[in-house]
Amino acid sequence: MFQFACRYTAAIALMLTAAACGGGAHREAPGGERQHSAMIRVDGSSTVYPITEAVAEEFHKANREVNVTVGVSGTGGGFQKFCRGETDISDASRPIKPSEIEACRTAAIDYIELPIAYDGLAVVVHPKNTWARSMTVEELKKLWAPEAQGKITRWSQVRASWPDRDIHLFGAGVDSGTYDYFTDAIVGTEGASRGDFTSSEDDNVLVQGIAGDELALGFMGLAYVEQNAGKLALVAVDDRNPQNGDGPVAASVETVRNGTYQPLSRPLFIYVARTAMDRREVQAFVDSYFTTGKALVSEVGYVPLTDDIYELAQKHLADRKVGTAFGAGGSQVGLTLEALLARER
Amino acid sequence: MIGEAQPAAARRRRIGAMGAEPAIEWALFLCALLSVATTIGIIVVLASETWAFFGRVALTEFLTGTEWTPLFAAPQFGVLPVVAGTALVSSIAMAVALPAGLLSAIYLSEYASAPLRRTVKPVLEVLAGIPTVVYGYFALLFVTPLLQRVIPELSGFNALGPGIVMGIMILPLVSSLAEDAMRGVPVGLREGSYALGATKMQTSLRVVVPAAFSGITAAFILAVSRALGETMIVAIAAGQQPRLTLDPTVPIETMTAYIVQVSLGDTPQGTLEYRTIFAVGTLLFAGTFILNLASAWLRERYREEYA
Amino acid sequence: MKDFAFRVLSLLVLYLALAALAALLIDVAVDGSSRLSWDFIRGFPSRRASAAGIWPALAGSILVIGVTAALAVPVGVAAAIYLEEYGSRSRLARIIELNITNLAAVPSIIYGLLGLGLFVRMMALGRSVLAGGATLALLALPVIILSTREALRAVPKSLREGSYALGATRWQTIWHQVLPVAMPGILTGIILALSRAIGETAPLITIGAVTFVSFAPDGLWSPFTVLPIQIFNWVSRPQPEFQVNAAAGIIVLLAVLLTMNGVAVVLRDRLQKRTQA
Repeated sequence: MFQFACRYTAAIALMLTAAACGGGAHREAPGGERQHSAMIRVDGSSTVYPITEAVAEEFHKANREVNVTVGVSGTGGGFQKFCRGETDISDASRPIKPSEIEACRTAAIDYIELPIAYDGLAVVVHPKNTWARSMTVEELKKLWAPEAQGKITRWSQVRASWPDRDIHLFGAGVDSGTYDYFTDAIVGTEGASRGDFTSSEDDNVLVQGIAGDELALGFMGLAYVEQNAGKLALVAVDDRNPQNGDGPVAASVETVRNGTYQPLSRPLFIYVARTAMDRREVQAFVDSYFTTGKALVSEVGYVPLTDDIYELAQKHLADRKVGTAFGAGGSQVGLTLEALLARER
Repeated sequence: MIGEAQPAAARRRRIGAMGAEPAIEWALFLCALLSVATTIGIIVVLASETWAFFGRVALTEFLTGTEWTPLFAAPQFGVLPVVAGTALVSSIAMAVALPAGLLSAIYLSEYASAPLRRTVKPVLEVLAGIPTVVYGYFALLFVTPLLQRVIPELSGFNALGPGIVMGIMILPLVSSLAEDAMRGVPVGLREGSYALGATKMQTSLRVVVPAAFSGITAAFILAVSRALGETMIVAIAAGQQPRLTLDPTVPIETMTAYIVQVSLGDTPQGTLEYRTIFAVGTLLFAGTFILNLASAWLRERYREEYA
Repeated sequence: MKDFAFRVLSLLVLYLALAALAALLIDVAVDGSSRLSWDFIRGFPSRRASAAGIWPALAGSILVIGVTAALAVPVGVAAAIYLEEYGSRSRLARIIELNITNLAAVPSIIYGLLGLGLFVRMMALGRSVLAGGATLALLALPVIILSTREALRAVPKSLREGSYALGATRWQTIWHQVLPVAMPGILTGIILALSRAIGETAPLITIGAVTFVSFAPDGLWSPFTVLPIQIFNWVSRPQPEFQVNAAAGIIVLLAVLLTMNGVAVVLRDRLQKRTQA
């Protein structure tokens, strides 16, 4: 009886030990030998995430011994980790801002700023929403300003001709560069908005929420709209500026590229730690953003930058040029591709 | 007691072996003490961060404020909206689990034949053993769309779907605990009732259930505690918008879903945002702790009544 | 008549509960079975849902549960032995008993907060397999203690008394007589506790198990993900193809649980055969 128990315990212990040893490190390294895996840590914007995810996946296929982890803490959250030295690369949907520049300076972390794509921040509603097909920037501001909290809760309060029904708002979380940019562009002050909406750093949650709710309105990176065609309806934005496109303009790869979708078009960045660039695998990884990465940008639904800008970025990378081109820091509203090029020079 | 009645010769032999005994007993005792250490650990971790939290936020604002926007530029720390979210979903869950669980228990205990009981009980165990993330999937992708066909204004994220699914998940708990309580009622009581000419229904409802009252109440209280602490179903399907409302058709946020939301982002230690999850956690722990104690006390009392 | 209606109502309610379970299982099976294949089990996560696989999560789950078992089983069984065989009468033991009953009912996310504060921060284990396993070990401990006590209690007193009568010490009695008889019951309880732990999501999210891990963990200090978190990640993605993946992942998780519970049931049957023999 005791032997029976002993055998059972031994068997289970053996199983667990085997699982513990064998469960790790299932890698198909070339030549079949086990190699010590290198790790690249990326974190930050959920807007940039689809690009980095795609680049990481393709990179891993070609370089099996390198593991890439990609987090979605939001642009702000990503910078916090980056300036603590916890990550090698930070995804950002806005340039680094002064407080983050300071944090990195204190931690003696030099960074290389690289624009990698161009995005249009889309305003979306449920497909069954037939009334809100275009909005002006003023109307958006009225809806999202801090004063609107608890007060502007019905569609008819935004525009009188709209139905007298509840609005359910969805938007990026406060750690998100998308949030920073949206508030800067629409409300006028970065970080200023009402607080009573479903906020999440994960755009997938927003898509799910809006796609399931007739009365919903939200904002997110264009790629998420492209990837969920049919579930969301775009709201055309009118910035009352005849110089860049008359009337309301809907976000699309075209309108973002030719600069008519304003003020909600913006460049997307990655920030690479200078010391990380000394590692061969990091160098190869960042390089791939500019080789295979360009096609991936289109594939996920964003706008590739012009070749000039990419060349310039690669040059900065090769020169290990540290620092930011955006001295004032933080979101830059209304930055067209040409202006970006000029800045980078 | 048992170890004491031994002949002297055997005792001498034992003393030889006794060298290891106290050490072993001590080692076992330390392991048992570890469980106490766990509770102390929970209290210390929660209390220290919550104390730091209340260094910056007033207790009255926390407990009575009606806006929960701790992550925003102008943060507000009134916890009532997430408490309301938890309360709303839990109430819906209890409205499903308590009556259905009790009725199932009555059927299994008073009416069901032994073979039926033998097959049904394990199946109910299965219901209880399914991971909550699976229930979350079910709530978001099956129950809510189903409900949306009946209630068109139902949002994708709402309190109704997850509430109902949570009720289904908790039903086996109520059923098995209530059934245990009812099985514990002496057969004599039932037979007396039948002898007086009562029907099975009358006996069940007027004799057995009242007799098992403490046990059944203990089951109910434990079910509420389970509902309050449930995380994944609401994190997936109830939404992420703290809102002080009784409306089950709109997105809300529960205390547990809030902790998950913050944990999924960046939580640098020492910041006020990091501490909010501990403050909310303390509230949750306190609530479930009180309920668990009440339930245990009632079960003890019940055991004494019919020991 | 009322009696009959009541009886029908109760039976109906019971069947509705079972029907809900059936609906859940059928829904998951229908949604996910198309995706289920060896490629899925051995594959790695991908942005393309059709190429995405569950291997890192499966490996992570196995590794974490291994750590949980290694930590919780010896401590839990030892604690139960103490409470049942040595100390059942002291005041302290009563308090410990009450404490354990309470711990078994504490929401799992509170264990996550404990793990975050204690293992990740204070002991600086980081967001590693070790921290995850330790957190789940604390979660499983009360359950293991409770079920081990049940198994020990089921051993007939006569066995112990006979052993003492022959001059054995308390520990000798426990080790040579009581434990072997209680072992299948203890193992059943352990497996059930571990199968509960393998389905836990909230505590591991709280301690920071990264949801975007595309490689299998390569050691105790490695970042990791587990089956339930991978499922959670896929459910959160709005594209229907990812929801199919989530369903397939659920099938894998339920299969793992079914296996574990199946082993537990087989053990329980063996126990009955042996005590009857």
